[in-house]
Amino acid sequence: MSEYLLEMTDISKSFPGVKALDNACLRLRPGTVHALMGENGAGKSTLMKCLFGVYTRDSGTILYEGEPLNVHNTHDALVRGIAMVQQELQPIPDRSIAENIYCGKYPVKKYLGMKFVDHKKMNEDTQALLDRLNMPFDAKQKLGTLSASQMQLVEIAKAVSNNAKVVIMDEPTSSLSLKEVDTLFDIIRTLRDQGCGIIYISHKMQEILEISDEVTIMRDGQYIGTWPASELSTDDIITKMVGRELTDLYPPKISSPGEVAFEVTDYTSIDPKSFKDVSFSVREGEILGVGGLVGAQRTELMEAIFGLRSHTTGEIKLHGKTIKIASPTDAISNGIALLTEDRRGSGIFGVLSVEDNISVASLRDYLKFRAFLDEKALAELTEENIGKLSIKTPSTKTQIQNLSGGNQQKVIVSRWLAKDPDILIMDEPTRGIDVGAKYEIYCIIRDLAREGKSIIMVSSEMGELIGVADRIMVMCDGRVSGFVSGDDMNQEKIMELAVSFM
Amino acid sequence: MTKSTKKITGADVKGFILDNAVIIMMVAVAVVVGILHPNFISAYNFKNLISNTAVRFIIALGVSGCLITKGTDLSAGRQVGFAACIAATLLQRSDYAQKVFTKLPELPIAAVVVGLIIVFSLIGLINGLIIALLNVPPFIATLGMQTVIYGFCLVFTGAQPIGGLRTDYTNICSGSLFGITWIPYLGVIALFVGILMWVMYNKTPHGKSIYAIGGNENSAEVSGINVRKVKIMVYMTASALYALAGFLLGGKAGGTSASLGQGYELIAIAGCTIGGVSSNGGIGKVGGILVGVLVFELLKIAMQFMGVTTAYTYVVQGLVIVIAVAFDIRKYVAKK
Ligand SMILES: Nc1ncnc2c1ncn2[C@@H]1O[C@H](COP(=O)(O)OP(=O)(O)OP(=O)(O)O)[C@@H](O)[C@H]1O
Ligand SMILES: [Mg+2]
Repeated sequence: MSEYLLEMTDISKSFPGVKALDNACLRLRPGTVHALMGENGAGKSTLMKCLFGVYTRDSGTILYEGEPLNVHNTHDALVRGIAMVQQELQPIPDRSIAENIYCGKYPVKKYLGMKFVDHKKMNEDTQALLDRLNMPFDAKQKLGTLSASQMQLVEIAKAVSNNAKVVIMDEPTSSLSLKEVDTLFDIIRTLRDQGCGIIYISHKMQEILEISDEVTIMRDGQYIGTWPASELSTDDIITKMVGRELTDLYPPKISSPGEVAFEVTDYTSIDPKSFKDVSFSVREGEILGVGGLVGAQRTELMEAIFGLRSHTTGEIKLHGKTIKIASPTDAISNGIALLTEDRRGSGIFGVLSVEDNISVASLRDYLKFRAFLDEKALAELTEENIGKLSIKTPSTKTQIQNLSGGNQQKVIVSRWLAKDPDILIMDEPTRGIDVGAKYEIYCIIRDLAREGKSIIMVSSEMGELIGVADRIMVMCDGRVSGFVSGDDMNQEKIMELAVSFM
Repeated sequence: MTKSTKKITGADVKGFILDNAVIIMMVAVAVVVGILHPNFISAYNFKNLISNTAVRFIIALGVSGCLITKGTDLSAGRQVGFAACIAATLLQRSDYAQKVFTKLPELPIAAVVVGLIIVFSLIGLINGLIIALLNVPPFIATLGMQTVIYGFCLVFTGAQPIGGLRTDYTNICSGSLFGITWIPYLGVIALFVGILMWVMYNKTPHGKSIYAIGGNENSAEVSGINVRKVKIMVYMTASALYALAGFLLGGKAGGTSASLGQGYELIAIAGCTIGGVSSNGGIGKVGGILVGVLVFELLKIAMQFMGVTTAYTYVVQGLVIVIAVAFDIRKYVAKK
């Protein structure tokens, strides 16, 4: 037998208008963590979906344990011992955790020759699995009662439950807290020590260098190369991914904030477990970062400010004038925009075109004869944004669901850039976006600030907050635990505030 | 990225057939029946086909908005029937023995149409309010409305048929433009409504908002679309179109009864779905809806010509719905 558990050679796959994979390769050794890296739209998810049986490859060979592998659906793949945590989760919120984990492979018991689901075994096995993986959930709990990051953990438990030999993880940490990432890494190390091969996709460099043994890099659907992780630095990876050197990760901060533009006072949620007495303000031309651990209620606060959630007390002032925001429509008509955290739930319109997705919030700004859409202007707007953020799409009419995850995110960022609001709230704006494109987005945010716009950027990535924000508000447990600016903007200080009420 | 080349490949042909399966099927049916029964291709038959399609098309256009926003409207047929009954009672000949409102003066037709549209918009408003404000699922809300409207219609008509319609009314619904048989007024009116709806869907923010809500309601809300308002407008527009369709249908049939319109919502939904309106929301084109409705009517008339009994006509229609949609869905799944 060869030294590889899995060998994917010269895999090609085309979609209408795109060659997503062009002779891509990947060789996975047993008992290793193999990072798969590349820009948004490089073909990472597609390659993995070809392996997992979601897509059928056009050409190329896959050897698994030395034998050719041809799976036609995900069930085949699972049976053969290949499991995948997909980039876009597919939860069934109204069913229990156990049922989600055992979906499609329910344990059965027989009565009178008929098969029935063995709920007891299913729940017990699930509980044992959750306990073993250090996940503090009850197997019978409805999945929908968990937060996004907890659901992500359950998805990981689901992959592990298959006793697979190859576990694929496509951006598993995109919504995990630091502690949850540790849990995940423990799980990965255990799997590795048992001899599994893990394929790990992420845009977070530190994670890659920390967890992986080998790194394969792809660009435009092609195989660039494979290296031991110990021989690579962040800069090497970036250069190989982007195909050129990237000197800066963040644009320079040159800002001279003006008057206070936006002021929130004593905002308190209806839900006693959520945010309390939050007050802050943002100046014109300022980028306010909002830091804290996952679960600090930052998203809830922003959604309440935007009129998506209810609050009990609190006041919002825009340029010194008190305004009332009861719905997103109110917020937007006051020039406030929110880029939501949940891309699939409240971001994209999957079946609509890239153009419609970019222009949807600005339609009324592009009217002819006050009633009809100015299609030419909308098309130009779309082209301009596709260029500005280098969105990879076959055409402006392509359905957004056919774009790679990172490119979908860029489209939604464009939507709000196109709307050109005075107050732009962005919740995890660069989730799933590659390093190169991140830099582009930071530059655009900075340009907006220079034009006098106020930006509020919620982020769980400390580096991003420190690199981009002029000032950082840190939240802990629903309350503001402090502000940092200038020389105080460092990892230790922020961390200290982020856990100060715990 | 690969540039598409000009050469036509086998896959292109297959793709073309897949994309246009419904139209190809339609043409094939027309050709085959036309060869077997030459008078199938006659001006009179054409008029028949166009008039039937016209009314169904207007109803389907009404339902389409509901479907695209992930809703439905089961009260469509009954609303059409009720509108037909009201129109008929208001436009009876003064010398007709069983006139319902004996003292009613001769009303201008335009006033009746406008009045109907306004009144039915209010029914649509109620549907919309129940769905958008009370969050009752559209299936249930309009199922209730269907029953309520039927009840009112029975009360209104006293369960009696209504005849003796004024000739100026029936002329509109059975006459033809410039006296050319195959251009019935109904066709012209439906075409006009179709164009209006096409402009609404494709050229206005309201139309785009409808697609957006069907695509992802949460995203639509976050993008500043007033989801409730748009939904309410959708159901109001739908009812306004049913009112128009009912008016036309009453005059076309030359008389009405409370049973008129029964099941039309299903024909409309079928037409929309055959025409590519997605039951998952967010997708649907006016041209597609026209083709969908046309296919349905063409098939019906063709089968009548072939002497197929009504019973089998139903069987074939049922099969066509499923097969057409299966083909259509393949378009989206084929790329795996
Ligand atoms: N179902 C599909 N239909 C059409 N095109 C697709 C489909 N899935 C992916 N593509 C295209 O294939 C290319 C590769 O996409 P893929 O999702 O594999 O990228 P990725 O490397 O995972 O990127 P990201 O880091 O953004 O997740 C993209 O250009 C994308 O537009
Ligand atoms: Mg991906």
